[in-house]
Order: sequence, then structure tokens, then C-alpha cells
Amino acid sequence: MRYVSAFVCGTVFAIGLGISGMTQPTKVIGFLDVAGAWDPTLAFVMGGAVLVSATLFPRILRRRTAVLDDHFALPEKKTIDGRLLIGAAVFGVGWGLSGYCPGPAIVSLVTGARPVVVFVAFMLAGLYLGGRVHPNRGPRDA
Amino acid sequence: MGLLSIGTALFGGALIGGTASGLLLFNGRIAGISGIVAGLLSPQRGDVAWRLSFVLGLLAGGAVLMVGNPSAIGTAHPRSLPVLAIGGLLVGVGTRVGSGCTSGHGVCGLARRSARSLVATVTFMTTGALAVYLFNHLLAGYV
Repeated sequence: MRYVSAFVCGTVFAIGLGISGMTQPTKVIGFLDVAGAWDPTLAFVMGGAVLVSATLFPRILRRRTAVLDDHFALPEKKTIDGRLLIGAAVFGVGWGLSGYCPGPAIVSLVTGARPVVVFVAFMLAGLYLGGRVHPNRGPRDA
Repeated sequence: MGLLSIGTALFGGALIGGTASGLLLFNGRIAGISGIVAGLLSPQRGDVAWRLSFVLGLLAGGAVLMVGNPSAIGTAHPRSLPVLAIGGLLVGVGTRVGSGCTSGHGVCGLARRSARSLVATVTFMTTGALAVYLFNHLLAGYV
């Protein structure tokens, strides 16, 4: 059952990315192009997403466990360190160069188009190498 | 930027925030795409199937988009393949070292009121804008 739930969440998440324009690199680059023909529409995507998640997360986390699991797997780290800053900075540069962040890139793989296939191949290599740099860390996100 | 495009952006965003909340409620997991994929590259027992299910869901959603609204997924790309390769590598390394991307830090981290995620989000938005400025304006015509 939990796999069905993860699958359905992934499916609708991807449709949300598509509807909101995040799977169009030209649009993403336009959003980041503050000094050029700036297209601020994508700010409303983040706004809409955070409005919903920030409303629901605290209510969900009042539960003792998840519906289909015996615990919540949440990031435990609290310190703002160099790794966080450097990692986020490097990610941002890659995002600006390509117009892809990880979610939209994976969704766009279904097109089989060469640009996105190349991007994802190198992104996977980067994810792997990033894990090698700090092999004692688990894959927990955020 | 008309009212319609703002409404569409808000609705798409709400679906993203809603499903991130769904994954937390039902599976107890954070919908951070880079972290979910990274976990598949260094698999741990009992921690693979939900990740794979979510990623397959992303691809299924992509297939739905291709059928329902093909223009939603751009196949043409404004950047050359070498630039995309470098961009991909930086996105992979950066999200792994920085423990998250737009979804993990941006959508889920901000919802958890995580100071780390706020700092990360401001940082990658800033360097993203700087990279576009450098590429589109300072290097325009050279690369």
C-alpha cells in the first residue's frame, strides 16, 4: 500500500511540475533572469506549493506516526555549515546554467530528448560523486 | 504575466505542495527529489522500494503530461549539450553536498520552518540568478 501511495504522490507531483511550467527550461531560465526579460510567474509556483505544505506539515507532524509507516523520517541536522552553503551555491549555478532542477529533469526524461538525457546522466554522476566526497553521510534530504 | 498564468502557477504549486504533504502523511517521508534519487544510488535495505515507486510515479506523471499537454514539457533546449552536462554535474554534486534541492529545501524544508532550508533556498536562488546573468548577459554570444 505504501508503494501505491508513493507512486501516486510522484505522479501528481510530476503533473504539478508540468502544469506550473517547471518542466520548461526556457521558462525557468526566464524566472532566474532578473536582469533581463524577467518572468516572475514561477514565484507563484513556489508560493502556492509552500502555502499548502506549510499549512499541512505542522498538522501532519502532530500525529505520532505516518499512516502507512511507523515513523516520520525527518532530517535531523540543524546547523548551518559550509557544506550546506557550498552545496546550495553549486546547485544554484547548475540550475541557472541548465534550467533544470532534479524533479523536472526526471519528469522530462519521458520525452527521451537528448538534452534532458544528457543532463540527467551527468546529474546522477554528480549525485554519486557528491556522496563519495562525504561517504559517511546517508542520503537523507533537506 | 496574466491572471490566468498566475492562477495556473498557483494551482500547479498547490499540487506540488499537496503531494509533498501526502508523501509525509502516508509514507512519513520528505518529498526531496535529489535525496530520493540519491538513496537509490547508495541503496540501503528496506529503503529502496518507496523511492523507486515515487520515481516511477514521476515518470508516469511525465507520460500523462506528454499525452495531455505535450507543450508542458519542453524538448527543445536553449543551452548546448556541453553546458547541460556541466549543469547536470553541478546540480548533482551540489544537491548531494547541500542535502537537498528545490523540493527538499524549498517546498518541504520551508514548510518545516527549517533555518537550514531557508538559507539553502536563498543561496541557490541567488547563485541561480547570478549564473543566468553571467551566461545570458556577460557571456552572451561567446558561449
